[in-house]
Amino acid sequence: MTRRQDFLLGVLGAAAAFGACEAVSRAGIVRRAYLPPASEVLARAARLAGDRAFLDGIGVTLRAWALGLGLACAIAVPLGLLLGAVPVVEAAVRALIEFLRPLPSVALIPLVSLLLGSGTRTEVTLIAYASLWPVLFNTVYGLAETDPLAKDTLRAFGFGRVAVLLRVELPATAPFIAAGVRISASVALILAVATEILSGFGQGLGIFIAEAQTEPDGTRDVLAGVVWAGVLGLVINGVLVGAERRLFAWAREPGPAQRKPARSRA
Amino acid sequence: MLRLDSVSRHFGDQHVLDGISLTVPDGQLLSVVGPSGCGKSTLLRSVAGLLPGEEGTITLDGAPVTGVPEHLAVVFQEYGRSLLPWLTVRDNVALPLRRQGLGRAARRAEAEAILERVGLHGVARRRPRELSGGMQQRVAIARALVCRPSLMLMDEPFGSLDAGTREDLEDLLLEVHRADGTTIVFVTHDIDESVYVGDRVVVLSPGPGSRVVRDLRVDLPGERDQIGTRSLPDFVALRTEVGRAVRGGG
Repeated sequence: MTRRQDFLLGVLGAAAAFGACEAVSRAGIVRRAYLPPASEVLARAARLAGDRAFLDGIGVTLRAWALGLGLACAIAVPLGLLLGAVPVVEAAVRALIEFLRPLPSVALIPLVSLLLGSGTRTEVTLIAYASLWPVLFNTVYGLAETDPLAKDTLRAFGFGRVAVLLRVELPATAPFIAAGVRISASVALILAVATEILSGFGQGLGIFIAEAQTEPDGTRDVLAGVVWAGVLGLVINGVLVGAERRLFAWAREPGPAQRKPARSRA
Repeated sequence: MLRLDSVSRHFGDQHVLDGISLTVPDGQLLSVVGPSGCGKSTLLRSVAGLLPGEEGTITLDGAPVTGVPEHLAVVFQEYGRSLLPWLTVRDNVALPLRRQGLGRAARRAEAEAILERVGLHGVARRRPRELSGGMQQRVAIARALVCRPSLMLMDEPFGSLDAGTREDLEDLLLEVHRADGTTIVFVTHDIDESVYVGDRVVVLSPGPGSRVVRDLRVDLPGERDQIGTRSLPDFVALRTEVGRAVRGGG
């Protein structure tokens, strides 16, 4: 399938979903208060772009998102390198990690709120916790995938263990780490909005959604907030995919010049 | 001088090398030839200090090899895996110089000079994967030469190249060896190649438990060329002898 066809099909799918929502609501199949027409939701979402207070809220959410994600990366990458490079440490913490990993982060919101209050600290902590895992696991996995021959080559040139880690293993793992960060970026956005909705204090996209719930005819605002969350996710993902393509062009499949059949004259 | 004394290696319960003893004088280009899977690479990795083992001793200029020796360079067959794809050609070549405390500009200048020497022009800023296989292996050779090694280990370096490219690189190797006098251990499974590039050919027996079955001096003129040298009666006689030894005829 060409990229053009791909794009057109995507547009077609979105248009069909939009049309279905619009029709269901306008035909009265579902009450308008439950599901306002898609056009009204979109119009409201567009108007919010001019709403100062709303934009400030988006800023607060994005700040928590960035802080949490940054914190997660700052912990997960060095930790991943340590786990990947020192098998003893990995064996020691494996059980602990396997216990913590499947805990749904959203379930920790009440506990962390209790401990840290319902401000930015709670939000950033929860975001960091949830987005730690994809980066951590991708770092460990990427390290294990590093070509042993590249490592041997540098060792043979006299480089020590740490130098090989920094010059071969870390750069070779970078595309895996970046993919982990991209996954975590979405997780972080979910956690940011969810924490705001559940703790219900202060400012942010989640707060906007939570407050809209309580108003009569608030469904439209709730949905407009959700549209913003979706658009933010889409933009963040797009930016990160683009950055990966640029930074890691070398990691894509080697060209046909790479492999030639071995010829033996023996 | 490189000396191996009764060197044996096992992987688990698999016996790979069985009491290899060899002395390689300074400046010699030693070809090590043997059938696939005979432990040639294991031998090379042991000399490089990448495979520590208990049995037998390896000494380089009198000092036992316990880790990777100083002034060592390696060239592997799989250039695509051995060159770092995220670095430019120039930075790949300059990499070993980092250990010598040279500044960035000096490293790059050295790298560019050595690239010219191995016949690569105008590719310094490209990335390895943009180049053909033969060019990539030239980059790997340049990287090996850049720190003026006293011992160079080559593990079937031309094994995955097409015939023409391979001959060009064999001649490049001979030229470099003549000019620098570096001691080179050159592992190959190609009998013709072992005779053509070597001052001496050592034949290993098929595994498991490879040992040296033949040790031949190559008395061919120092100046070699692909057509002339290969048609010399001495060349033909040597390749026949090496061939018989490889095929187990002794």
